[in-house]
Amino acid sequence: MLVFTVALGVVYPLVVLGIGQLALPAQANGSTVTHNGAVLGSALIAQPFTSADGAPLATYFQPRPSAAGDGYDGGASTGSNYGPENTDLISAIEGRKAAIADFEQVDPATIPADALTASASGLDPHISEAYAMLQVPRVARERSLPESTVEDMVKSVLQQRDLGFLGEPSVNVLQLNLDLDATEG
Amino acid sequence: MEIFFGILQFLLLALILVVLYRPLGDYMARIYTATTHLRVERLFYRLTGVAEDTEQSWRAYLRSVLWFSAMGVLLVYVLQRFQSVLPYSLGLPAVPEGLAFNTAVSFVTNTNWQSYSPELTLGYTVQLAGLAVQNFVSAAVGIAVAVALIRGFARKGSGTIGNFWVDLTRGTLRLLLPVALVSAVVLLAGGVIQNLNGFTEVTTLSGGTQTLPGGPVASQEAIKLLGTNGGGFFNTNSSHPFENPTAWTSFFQVVLMLMIPFSLPRTFGRMVGDKKQGYAIAAVMATFYVASLLILSGLELAGNGTATALAGGAMEGKEQRFGILGSTLFGTTSTLTSTGAVNSMHDSYTALGGMLPMLNMMLGEVAPGGVGSGLYGMLVLAIIAVFVAGLLVGRTPEYLGKKINPREIKLASLYILVVPVLILGGTALSFAIPALAESVTGTSIWNPGNHGLSEVLYAFTSAANNNGSAFAGLTANTPWLNTALGVAMLLGRFIPIALVLALAGSLAAQEKIPETAGTLRTHKPLFVGLLVGVTLIVTALTYFPVLTLGPLAEGLL
Repeated sequence: MLVFTVALGVVYPLVVLGIGQLALPAQANGSTVTHNGAVLGSALIAQPFTSADGAPLATYFQPRPSAAGDGYDGGASTGSNYGPENTDLISAIEGRKAAIADFEQVDPATIPADALTASASGLDPHISEAYAMLQVPRVARERSLPESTVEDMVKSVLQQRDLGFLGEPSVNVLQLNLDLDATEG
Repeated sequence: MEIFFGILQFLLLALILVVLYRPLGDYMARIYTATTHLRVERLFYRLTGVAEDTEQSWRAYLRSVLWFSAMGVLLVYVLQRFQSVLPYSLGLPAVPEGLAFNTAVSFVTNTNWQSYSPELTLGYTVQLAGLAVQNFVSAAVGIAVAVALIRGFARKGSGTIGNFWVDLTRGTLRLLLPVALVSAVVLLAGGVIQNLNGFTEVTTLSGGTQTLPGGPVASQEAIKLLGTNGGGFFNTNSSHPFENPTAWTSFFQVVLMLMIPFSLPRTFGRMVGDKKQGYAIAAVMATFYVASLLILSGLELAGNGTATALAGGAMEGKEQRFGILGSTLFGTTSTLTSTGAVNSMHDSYTALGGMLPMLNMMLGEVAPGGVGSGLYGMLVLAIIAVFVAGLLVGRTPEYLGKKINPREIKLASLYILVVPVLILGGTALSFAIPALAESVTGTSIWNPGNHGLSEVLYAFTSAANNNGSAFAGLTANTPWLNTALGVAMLLGRFIPIALVLALAGSLAAQEKIPETAGTLRTHKPLFVGLLVGVTLIVTALTYFPVLTLGPLAEGLL
């Protein structure tokens, strides 16, 4: 058992560590995003775009709801684990629907499912194309940009299905918001 | 459109598995029949004092399995209890006794049930030197036992079934380690992390703060799936973007889970000298897999249930990049193998959809099942099927030239009884004894009503079948559940292994009887159909009454 522990528990992970750090350092260290020299997060981990009191910032695209810690806590990933008939989940979805309809000034019936439901990890960095497009008018208005400009930015960060058919098309919220900030320079 | 892409996804998976079937199955057959040892293996044998050219009887083989596993439990337990003084423990304290016992048993039995939240409980040393090592060797033990059973069919008048230490070492060094190493690098390229950074605090774009985790994840991830282990480095397992960053890494993880279990029938066919027998077993496995995947995908796409309908789709507890069909593919694979990894939260599936992962495990994880355990489980069911066929036509049952005598049938029957007793007994005790029921309903259950029963039923199903997935809302870190699930995992792993090895011993000792005109052709579609039917009846039907109280009541009323 000790021999296996050394070979599999020490040598093997260190070899992978070596390969990762030497050949693929960006990925191995968490695909971090830097801005003006400071690390401001990971392209793979959703982060909140809220003011200090927790209200969503109207100038940014908003990610999916999160059940991780107080929201988007990278130290405590979790989903809500609510069952489909759980009354807490039903009222949470109703609440989100009303809040988003109000925030985006849209018909509640047009809000896509990913905007109303907490992700599995609580750290899902992506939203659907539909949810991104829903947010375009509000962000454009708040930033005094033409809607078409913001729409083009969504399209430029939209990731299509892997290999053309795996998974779902998705929009990376952090990447999109960074692009927005860069436009205003 | 979504369905069309889902079909393409399935076809690519089927193509990859079909392409791998022969070379991987043949390679595994060579590993376990080779007469020469590699130099590094000889070094292992010298260091551990193994006499590599001595064969073992089934009793000696079993003693070695139990001894090795007991050492594993002890080591993982001790590492957790001394976590505070180990390097790279991230300042985390020693793991409490009950939880440490549960976790040690969980990883040694290839279950990887996690009563704890890893980010908050375990440092890097325990994860690597404790858990990752068991990910390898528990998988190698499973394959070794399956190979021992195959030898039972292949040998004539033999008192031995191989050498456990040689099978263990070869499975680890010639199969699991090289594939895991390559896979870890592939996952790294996809964005899975591998560092020793601990937690870092960053200032986000909008000026808030966020904690980002680090860790040697890629090395752990590869063997977690390849060895059908399933214990995540992070709480949310393969839905965490650092464990599973993209749709294609998720698909790759599905391939890793399935490649060994689906190729082992080839190894079986080759070692018993009749490759068609392997195809028949693989066909039974594939039938269940396809049926289960179709049903779950249909249910989740339909999205029934109050909350699901309100949200407009079953996206609660699912990740955008995988979508519904990337989630159901992973969920089906994970519960039909003994992996138990998740890339979506099964607790939040639609009521009937959530029943599917449970049913998959209740089938006994034989389609294709865990590495090794899936094949030996299916072969036991094949013995039952042959016996049923023998009863129907009034002939002495035989399988692969071996008579199925009362002793073999007794062993096989005991095998299929162990797990239902653990599942139904454990669930019943949790509600029947007032003190336990108080803890279960007061502390453990997260969702009220029928769904709460499903959470407990799922937990015992997962533990006894050594799966490890969960309706994760359940708080299992309580004295009762840590203990009961720990015991269920131990008994659910080692009683079946003991019975399988006994079966291997008694089969190996028999002479082969020649095939006659009346011999049941066990490689024909008729037998495949019979085996599918027997599997459904002796496993899934056992659980029908309790399923009506949980998911069926929730979904249909």
